[in-house]
Amino acid sequence: MIVEMVSWLCLMGGALLCVAGGIGMVRFPDVYTRSHAAGVIDTGGAFMILLGLAAQAGFTLITVKLFFIGLLLFFTTPTSTHALVKGALFGGQNPIVRDSPDKDNGVAS
Amino acid sequence: MTVRLVSLTSILFATWLLMSGHYDALTISFGVISCIACVYLTRRMKIVDHEGQPLHLNSAIVVYWLWLLWQIVKSNLDVALRCVLPGKRIDPIVFRAPTSQKTSVGIAAYANSITLTPGTVSMTTWDHEIEVHALTRSGADDVLAGNMDAWVTRVERRK
Repeated sequence: MIVEMVSWLCLMGGALLCVAGGIGMVRFPDVYTRSHAAGVIDTGGAFMILLGLAAQAGFTLITVKLFFIGLLLFFTTPTSTHALVKGALFGGQNPIVRDSPDKDNGVAS
Repeated sequence: MTVRLVSLTSILFATWLLMSGHYDALTISFGVISCIACVYLTRRMKIVDHEGQPLHLNSAIVVYWLWLLWQIVKSNLDVALRCVLPGKRIDPIVFRAPTSQKTSVGIAAYANSITLTPGTVSMTTWDHEIEVHALTRSGADDVLAGNMDAWVTRVERRK
């Protein structure tokens, strides 16, 4: 019963974080700030949902597999985010910062 | 080299056993054959080295991961609230953070840790600096405080 509650709390929390990240990805102004919102989905959302599912499965091989999925995400998501952001930087997207002259669109002229 | 090959084979086989869930003689022998074939190929490709198998990282990494997990939880809540609360709550900044790691594995681990905490993303890395994009000034201050840098360096140090 308690396990069930913890599991659903994790699943709902993960879902809420995913929605929050999705809203952030729409609201934030440029690719760099949006990657932060995507980071919420990658880490908080994904790990909370995996944790909730692991609690549902109990001590079985399924939990081990979920752990491996988590481990894979732990190493690959920051790498892919870094690759994306570096690609955007070398593609000429200037990050919007407070002091930058092209504040309104953030695109290199 | 032998140590690396033996440890790689045993790690691969342990992973195989956990993933398969079928424990009759035929499937296990398939597992053994595929593990040995993988080790043979990685050896032929000459990628059995300290980067593929960072055995030199010491046990402080477990404590570091727990600490990192706590940082991820904190920054997740912070960024998620900034996403949904009305009004403009972001103040992006790009800055360079010094790094104190000696090896490329260490720098990669530090850059990945920065990216893994929402609110900060590593953009470019050099030998002694990382260019970081942060969503807020406080996120930037957290990186510049250097706690994470010190942690990764401690993990990286050889036993």
